[in-house]
Amino acid sequence: MQNIKKTWIPYLLIAPSVIFLALLFLLPLIQTIWLAVSEGGAPSLANLRTMAGDLNFRLAIRNTFLLALAVVPVQIVIALAMGSMVAKVDGGRETILWVWTIPLGISDLAAGLLWLSILQNSGYLNSLLFSFGLIERQANWLSYQTPIALFFAIAVAEIWRGTAIVMVIIVAGLNQVPKEFREAAEVFGAGPWTRFFRITLPLIKPALQSALILRTVLAFEVFAVVYALGGTNMPVLVGEAYTWQNQNQNYGVAAAYAVLIMVISLAATLVYLKAVRVDPERLP
Amino acid sequence: MANIVIDKIKKTFGSFEALKEISLEVGDGEFVSLLGPSGCGKTTLLRIIAGLETETSGQILIGGTPVNGLAPKDRGLAMVFQNYAVFPHMTVFENVAFGLRMKKADQNRVKSQVDKAAALLHIEPYLDRYPNKLSGGQRQRVAVARALAVEPKVLLMDEPLSNLDALLRLEMRTELKAVLQASGTTTIYVTHDQTEAMGLSDRIAVMYDGRIEQIGAPVDIYSHPASRFVGGFMGSPPMNFIRLPVTNGTVKLGNMNHAVPASVEREIVLGLRGENVSLAPLAEGLRLDVRVAEPMGSHLLLTGTIANQPVRVILPPGESVKAGEAIGLKLAADRLTWLSPETGLALNHPSR
Repeated sequence: MQNIKKTWIPYLLIAPSVIFLALLFLLPLIQTIWLAVSEGGAPSLANLRTMAGDLNFRLAIRNTFLLALAVVPVQIVIALAMGSMVAKVDGGRETILWVWTIPLGISDLAAGLLWLSILQNSGYLNSLLFSFGLIERQANWLSYQTPIALFFAIAVAEIWRGTAIVMVIIVAGLNQVPKEFREAAEVFGAGPWTRFFRITLPLIKPALQSALILRTVLAFEVFAVVYALGGTNMPVLVGEAYTWQNQNQNYGVAAAYAVLIMVISLAATLVYLKAVRVDPERLP
Repeated sequence: MANIVIDKIKKTFGSFEALKEISLEVGDGEFVSLLGPSGCGKTTLLRIIAGLETETSGQILIGGTPVNGLAPKDRGLAMVFQNYAVFPHMTVFENVAFGLRMKKADQNRVKSQVDKAAALLHIEPYLDRYPNKLSGGQRQRVAVARALAVEPKVLLMDEPLSNLDALLRLEMRTELKAVLQASGTTTIYVTHDQTEAMGLSDRIAVMYDGRIEQIGAPVDIYSHPASRFVGGFMGSPPMNFIRLPVTNGTVKLGNMNHAVPASVEREIVLGLRGENVSLAPLAEGLRLDVRVAEPMGSHLLLTGTIANQPVRVILPPGESVKAGEAIGLKLAADRLTWLSPETGLALNHPSR
């Protein structure tokens, strides 16, 4: 009797969270998918067709992928560099990590506005360049006429905002690698780069995989920073979903965008799971 | 093959002196253990020799060449770590081959050296496996094979057996000795386990508080400890220390008077190894009040008091002594250590 009771307890304790997620995540998910592939209550590909036929569709896809491609690798490299550097620090390590993770505590819209204050026409960057005599009048960095500068600005803001989370994961991964592995490699003749690429990097593969998946999924969902800096000058997927939902009041097409983003994120995750395969047999 | 000269090596961490001007010479092909309790500086000294830590002052020569400031890889040494540090993402073969790969050795040499080292350590069946699937003992074999595969001039070992269970430790110890005797590699071995140091070493350097307390052959250190610390640290059970009154240059051991080194006046400390006693009639011998008698099979271990001071002695297994009895002990007069009650240093030590 007691045993039967006990087997139910874990499920009982888990139930609230399962119900909560089912109500507020699974249900809306199913509804969104249905919204995307139906019209007037009947299955239809009309929304998907509208989405694909839209002027901004190709642009949004291109921009989103280019941003992810530009931002994620840079973030991983910077985070690896930060993690490796802080590992060598003895005193003040916690403080450095604390300062580095400040961007984590700032909402993405706030981060976008912060960079707007630097990069807008009357912003800090122009004031600085002007005071050094490098420009004669306020330069425009964020307009639709300067797409490369705008792209660059958004990428920099995204890198600034999103690197901290990658670093946190990578530092946690690096902490799991005993220093003896690196010391053994050093004694047996491996230089600093060899140690990094042949010992450290393979050993933090699980952390690297998590960081890549998380960051890439987030990169495909980029919106607030783009919106704050460029408005609609640089269409991205989530921005299009937002436009269709709020300005065009067309929930079906907005849902189609949402489903597309989800499919892309899932595909990216699968690619990473395959490409950065973590063989449990090769872990410490 | 090379000898090692350690000349007045000092290491401070802030205001803490981890090593106080240590000097030590290790001959070509010799096996020397650094033995001591944790915090005595033995691992720090080993890491300084390896080049993983930088000395505050002093010099180290390997094979006559000063190695201060050289990177570990340029010192011609190999190392075995306490937690093995066998790379989990490489096969056993690649682990053993690692040092040779770093030296850009050609494939034939890598293959032949790995095969040789693997044969020596009996790990041929695992060469294709990942270390994850191996037991602690097998991983440590891989670590030793990795070190020997590069044919180092000097092999450094940092408590290599302490992560193994007792039975495996004994087995690996014997095997390690055989392997290293065969290879003839100069070895410095750090351990806190005195039986390990005794069994393996040509010489033992007993370290305490950043200094070498005594260095010598295992039997010498065991039988003639230079200080109370060494006597108490070496041997199981440890050496007994009994404070005895001195009258006219002698102490009374039972009904015998035993001359002691002249330099002491009122009191002296007798250092007595538990096995250097035999049973004697109570009237003649030194009185031991037995509190606990433990028949250990190979010997009889007695715990009790002599002159109200706690001691442990060992008698042959056949003797029948019971708790609560008082017995007489005859001491092996030529195997006694006499120490100063003030300094704790041995008075009749051959080196003094």
